[in-house]
Amino acid sequence: MIIDHPLLGPRDAAEFTYLGDAKLIDRPDWQSETAAKDFYEYGYLRDNPAGWHQELWFHEAGDRSWLVVTRNTVTHEISKVEMARDVARARGRSK
Amino acid sequence: MHDLQPMTALGGDAPQVDTFDHVTITENDGLALASVAARMGHEKTCHTTLKKLLGAVPEPGKAVLHDPEAGFWMGPDQWMIGAPRETHELLADHLKERFGDTASITEQTGAWVCFDVIGPAMPDICERLCAVPIRRMTAGDAQRTMIHQLGCFVIRRDNPEHIRILGPRASAGSLHHALITAAHSVA
Repeated sequence: MIIDHPLLGPRDAAEFTYLGDAKLIDRPDWQSETAAKDFYEYGYLRDNPAGWHQELWFHEAGDRSWLVVTRNTVTHEISKVEMARDVARARGRSK
Repeated sequence: MHDLQPMTALGGDAPQVDTFDHVTITENDGLALASVAARMGHEKTCHTTLKKLLGAVPEPGKAVLHDPEAGFWMGPDQWMIGAPRETHELLADHLKERFGDTASITEQTGAWVCFDVIGPAMPDICERLCAVPIRRMTAGDAQRTMIHQLGCFVIRRDNPEHIRILGPRASAGSLHHALITAAHSVA
């Protein structure tokens, strides 16, 4: 599997480590009324789709950047690779 | 007063040189290093200071081979700056004065071992060591990769037969072993 790094171009997947669902970016608000439930869901509940999935990958053997990779879990086709910090900023995090 | 003797990364009094017919592997003990990481919101000012220092801001996967300070890209908004240790032993302090609050500077001299691999067999050796596309790389290309399970930087220098390898100093012996093994295997 080849991951097309947004800055460095196509790199072998062996250089990366996988973390999991990119929903981890959406950390709940700890001051919210429903924080206990939100953090339970954030910590333990994941969708396990057979198909397109947004996931976090770490370029460990490269520039050590975090990426959001949109990958089809059935075919391993990758449709999109973004810098995780750009995705997080677009979602209003790390202002 | 203590009477301390400096030693190189491989533990010798002088840098180790291994000479083969087709390549020379030299431990380079004369390098002062410091990393620069732009602080959030200060990226533009940091870039300006870098440009003044090196002549250009190193692009992703690239080095700027400038004299006396040179630098290469390590990651988004992170660079490594190198200079001769003789003249720039306090490199990190000097950079901190120049960059101020726009960047975090970390002394790196004691964290890395540097090997210069020079000779006609350099590309063959490099191919046995790591997955960088050495024959496609040109002068000033710098990539981080794995050599012998160690995260290393591979920098292609002006001389087409020369690569510089920066690896973790604590594993200098293991990295040296890998380089020597690769050099023997292409003999």
